[in-house]
Amino acid sequence: MNRFFKTAVPLVLATVASGVAGKAAKAEDITLCWAAWDPANALVELSKDFTAETGVGMKFEFVPWPNFADRMLNELNSGGKLCDLMIGDSQWIGGGAENGHYVKLNEFFDKENISMDDFAPATVYAYSTWPKGEPNYYALPAMGDANGWFYRKDWFARPDLQAAFKEKYGRDLAPPKTQLELKDIAEFFQGREIDGQKRYGVAIFTERGSEGITMGATGALYAWGFKYENTPGKYDMEGAVNSPEAVEALEFYKELYKCCTPPGYTDSYMQESLDAFKSGQVAMAMNWFAFFPGLYKDEQVGGDKIGFFVNPGQKVEASTLGGQGISVIAYSDKKDLALQYIKWFAQPEVQKKWWSLGGYSCHVAVLNDPGFKDSQPFAADFLLAMDGVQDFWQEPAYAELLLSMQKRLHDYVVADQGTAKEALDKLIEDWTEVFQDEGKL
Amino acid sequence: MGKVSAKPVLFANSIPAQAPMDPEMTNSSASEAVAIGAAKRTPEVIARRVRGLSDRAIAWLFIAPTIVLLLAINVFPLIWTVYLSFTNYKANRAARGVEWVGLDNYRRVLTDSDIWHNMLVTGHFLLWTMTFQVLIGFGLAWLINKNFKGHGVWTTVILLPMMLSPAVVGNFWTFLYQPQIGLFNYIVGFFTGVDPSSFEMIGSVNLAPWAIVIVDTWMWTPYVMLICLAGLRSIPDYIYEAAEVDGAGPLRTFWSITLPMVLPFLMLAVLFRAIENFKMFDLVVELTSGGPGSVTELASINLKREAFEKWRTGLSSAFAIILFVTVFGAANIYVKALNRVKQR
Repeated sequence: MNRFFKTAVPLVLATVASGVAGKAAKAEDITLCWAAWDPANALVELSKDFTAETGVGMKFEFVPWPNFADRMLNELNSGGKLCDLMIGDSQWIGGGAENGHYVKLNEFFDKENISMDDFAPATVYAYSTWPKGEPNYYALPAMGDANGWFYRKDWFARPDLQAAFKEKYGRDLAPPKTQLELKDIAEFFQGREIDGQKRYGVAIFTERGSEGITMGATGALYAWGFKYENTPGKYDMEGAVNSPEAVEALEFYKELYKCCTPPGYTDSYMQESLDAFKSGQVAMAMNWFAFFPGLYKDEQVGGDKIGFFVNPGQKVEASTLGGQGISVIAYSDKKDLALQYIKWFAQPEVQKKWWSLGGYSCHVAVLNDPGFKDSQPFAADFLLAMDGVQDFWQEPAYAELLLSMQKRLHDYVVADQGTAKEALDKLIEDWTEVFQDEGKL
Repeated sequence: MGKVSAKPVLFANSIPAQAPMDPEMTNSSASEAVAIGAAKRTPEVIARRVRGLSDRAIAWLFIAPTIVLLLAINVFPLIWTVYLSFTNYKANRAARGVEWVGLDNYRRVLTDSDIWHNMLVTGHFLLWTMTFQVLIGFGLAWLINKNFKGHGVWTTVILLPMMLSPAVVGNFWTFLYQPQIGLFNYIVGFFTGVDPSSFEMIGSVNLAPWAIVIVDTWMWTPYVMLICLAGLRSIPDYIYEAAEVDGAGPLRTFWSITLPMVLPFLMLAVLFRAIENFKMFDLVVELTSGGPGSVTELASINLKREAFEKWRTGLSSAFAIILFVTVFGAANIYVKALNRVKQR
């Protein structure tokens, strides 16, 4: 027995001590939650500097886009402690603020001399404030993004195609300036044989499950001057959401889908768009600017073969907003460390490195740099897009509003049910019901 | 329970050390001997605790953990769901407070044309999957029952689809249905001469409802086949021999012997599959996400969206209760019919 104690007690003590030590080491780790995509890899690289400077380890929880909202909103709604920091979608800011998921950062910003004037106003408005435009900050703008376009520059430059296009449309084959021009080009390439293979016009968003078709169709809707309300903040949607311009835009998006997408392109979002372009199926594709650095580096279709352009206007110049702010989660036990990360991330030098690694900084030190426009082939278009971005509702009931739009748009555009006007009328009914439930109507 | 289990436990320590086995022992006395043996091996500490307890008390002691578990994870959530269905509760906005809304959620669900559309889609899916699975499953079972050479291998091959995960099946069928490179389209094109890229199984409003029926049939027909096979093998040979002696032809034998005797098995398979398909979610979500539009949006898919994406907890509770009552009621009626068939 004595021998047993002599052996066992030190062993137990050693085990307990190592456990405590392990826990102490883990206490210096924080977890950042985001979507699994190219910029997330850049952030992992960037965050190594934070760990080197502060000794605080970084863990990452990246979720693929189709499941990102589902997974993360469940995490927030259940008061989970998985994430200390979250780069949540711009539309979550209302729910994050009103439901107490995100920490309000005003005091912290004042204390640490972090000024929102150092970030592009459009990104501060979209990613940080709630209620919209009020100086209540729940996030630091982390990743600027908008929906843009890319095209096969090498095909556009071919003399035979140039001649054929000019003959048919009476103008040069060049990146479109309007949505209607975009459709002309898409039609021109649809079914055309290039290098012995059948090609198609365009890859657009048609996904049903999460947010795809809404993010795609709003690119056309905004270009036609779509508004969610007649008077901001009044939720008076009749005549705005279903305006003649909105109807025209939605009809256009459906025509574009019908005429010029590859076969089977009925449930497609970011990855499908990238796949269609990288496999040489389409002449043009829409996607978020976040993917452009990766596309430019692509060995098959990148470099000289690819060109970029901002979402073409029609009645106005406008793009669908993407991008996110970084927030501290209210349920985290390590809020101090999370705030320390935000303080570090807000530094101009860190923001410059963020851009150089492939992240889209929103800091004016980066965006206003004279060399920024030429730093990447898509940088100038990014600035142009961010000048005219518009976002979906950022209300706390955003998920309900989004799902209704997904359903109505997919019913009309892909499933061929009803007219554009009927789809938008039904959308108003759905949204009215949501706002009535919310007590806002 | 009765005397067999009670005695040994209550008097565990008063049992003789070794009771010799009677060679003509009946089944009941054999069980008693086993129980006595078990009682003898019961540690004294436990035996002392249960000594003096009645049979009923001991029975409750044994089933109490299961009952508690059932109450906690089945009955309580059900009652809680019924309560929530009369409120405007939203699980993601708990701080907003809960208001009693009476039957409003039920009224909204029952008057919502979209939900009726979901029910129609579910009905279509149920009807056709059951029809195909019964016909093909029975046919395959009948063939396999012929005991031809290699029938064991074929049985295993046929059973493979139902061993896969529905999510995996849904996912890989999206590739098979791909218009440009999909094997399904290619095969259809090969046999019909139609251009494979000219039709979209999961993108077409007309074809998508059939696309999900085909995949479910592919996956679950083996299950129906297996149960039918059990039914076919349970028919004694002497009945067929008697029919042959009476001069019954193959058709008459099938209608008068095979079908009636397999029918209870077949009905059981339909019951299991119909309940499963009424709740179908994963396979269809992976395949179509309920699209195009809402053409393949089954009731369970919409329920999930209402409950965990829109977070209308009260409304979705009412929807869930309505679905539960529907499937529970239909299953009860069906089971009564099944019992009548078995009694024939």
